[in-house]
Amino acid sequence: MLKIHQLHKSYPIGDSSLHVLKGIDLNVEEGEMVAIMGSSGSGKSTLLNIIGMLDEADSGEYILDGLPIKNLTEKKAAVYRNKFLGFIFQSFNLINYKNAVENVALPLYYQGVKRKERQEQAMFHLGKVGLADWAKHLPKELSGGQKQRVAIARALAANPKLLLADEPTGALDTKTSHDIMAFIQQLNDEGKTILMVTHEEDIANMCKRIVRLKDGVIMEDVKVTQDRAENYV
Amino acid sequence: MFRFLFDRDTWQEVIDSFSKNKLRSILTMVGVWWGILLLIGLLGSARGLENSFNRLFGDFATNSVFFMGNTTGMPFKGFQEGRRIQLTIPHIKKVEDNIEGIEFVVPRNMNPVLVTKNFLSGTFNIFGDYPLLDKVQKKKLIHGRFINQNDIDDTKKVAVISESIYKQLFEKDEIAVGTYIQINKINYTVIGVYDPGNVNFGPSEDIHIPFTTFQKVYNKGDKIGFMMITGKPEYDIVQIQRDAELMLKNLNNVHPKDNRAFRSFNLGKEFAKFTGFLSGMQFLTWFVGIATLIAGVFAIGNILLITVKERTKEIGVRRALGATPFEIKRQIVVEAVFLTLVAGLFGIISGGWVLIALNYKFGQGAEATLVNPSVSIGVVFISLIILIVLGTLIGLIPAFKATSIKPIEALREE
Repeated sequence: MLKIHQLHKSYPIGDSSLHVLKGIDLNVEEGEMVAIMGSSGSGKSTLLNIIGMLDEADSGEYILDGLPIKNLTEKKAAVYRNKFLGFIFQSFNLINYKNAVENVALPLYYQGVKRKERQEQAMFHLGKVGLADWAKHLPKELSGGQKQRVAIARALAANPKLLLADEPTGALDTKTSHDIMAFIQQLNDEGKTILMVTHEEDIANMCKRIVRLKDGVIMEDVKVTQDRAENYV
Repeated sequence: MFRFLFDRDTWQEVIDSFSKNKLRSILTMVGVWWGILLLIGLLGSARGLENSFNRLFGDFATNSVFFMGNTTGMPFKGFQEGRRIQLTIPHIKKVEDNIEGIEFVVPRNMNPVLVTKNFLSGTFNIFGDYPLLDKVQKKKLIHGRFINQNDIDDTKKVAVISESIYKQLFEKDEIAVGTYIQINKINYTVIGVYDPGNVNFGPSEDIHIPFTTFQKVYNKGDKIGFMMITGKPEYDIVQIQRDAELMLKNLNNVHPKDNRAFRSFNLGKEFAKFTGFLSGMQFLTWFVGIATLIAGVFAIGNILLITVKERTKEIGVRRALGATPFEIKRQIVVEAVFLTLVAGLFGIISGGWVLIALNYKFGQGAEATLVNPSVSIGVVFISLIILIVLGTLIGLIPAFKATSIKPIEALREE
């Protein structure tokens, strides 16, 4: 599903440069649920951005579903992001003047799906996260957990191969976090591959595999027994 | 390629981002609105002024020149200087036959006279004229008719008087046509009353009688007071004037460089001054209008730049969700064009209102300062095209700015 080999990335800081990723090797199979952990500055977000084609590696290999991701034009990257990836952000990143269903429909809009069909699909995904009744509400009228669920529905809308979550529970209280995690686990049960950056130990334990980064290298890569979130709800 | 223009979503986005920043958008649009309002208002007023000039000059053939004999300023061919030059009927024929581009040559005579009617009297100028004068200098007749060929052939004692004489010699509402007035003790029948209009060149024109009658009564013979020459529209009246003057000098044994032998007045030249002034004003109008417009468009560009800055994160999200840079740019350009176009349309409409108001205030009656102040549909189209072009160009700046930020940096922004 996802193959990364000897990935390097450095950022220029003034005259010197900061070597953030120092040769990452990572393979993720379909249906996995991986937590990437590390303290701040460990390079976990950079890794996620490169996987998400928001950023490009300096050297190394990145193959997504058999497709080498290298030297993409902005346009190509946009198309790949749209087709293969779903993003879930810490701060939800909903568009504040669009209501829930419009937000969910946005990736479909960029896919060129017709309005009516788009609306139907968006409603379907919104129903899946249990917010069908909130379709016409603006983000500011929703609670944090609801917002994140709308964001998840949006990430699912384009039916991506891989879900990328950047601290999906970072802005939520414990109870809501568990709610969201239960939902993400359910998605994984249905077969979605999920890659998640987090620094919370209990959230990471709800995944099936934990990759620990430190100073740009992988320190540890272990499979864990999944801690089911619904036990806490 | 332009299918997106008919896509409801494109416009939904535009409306959304507009209604999100209503006040700011409207304030920005005021710039463009004001620019186009000025452009339409000024162009319309300039047109109104031009129309009113045209109406004033409309009674004259504007490509005409008249000549009068004067005294020579240089000795020539044995004649001393200071000799009086007298234009005659044969000169007319010569000029008419030999100068290229002439439409009419009209001989005229003039005398100051005492006019009496019953116990009222006044001193006026009378002119001996041919019916052709009506072609050169349109007479607006209020009552009756102008001199015709019959009057000329039969040397009839008839007179066409101006409205001001009518007012001086006649009672209010008295019918003038058919009554008699005495001009230097000779009775003439009034056959017409005319409105002299607003603008006069040369001596004030009061009474017209048939040329032949004038010849007989004042014993003029072949002599004529002055001649009016009208050029065909496609010919240059200044050249005609030069040719005719040279010919008249030749006929009268006047030195070719003698500037004093003839007096002439070129109506075409005077008229050209006015039209030059008018086109100068039109140029100024376009200049001011378009400059204001550009200022307004820049204001829109500026506001979009700020908007883009504020929406950096949103743009980042959209790109993460699969919006290509082209789609982002297109959206911003569409917004820019939309704002300029809507502001421009309001400007055109309110410019029209301004013109209606001007017309109501200054455009009424015969003496109006502005006659039919208006702009042609072509001007409106040109302004719209300018708006679209400027809107697109100015929209490109924030559009490129928006996509120059990498999506990751955009997303990181808080």
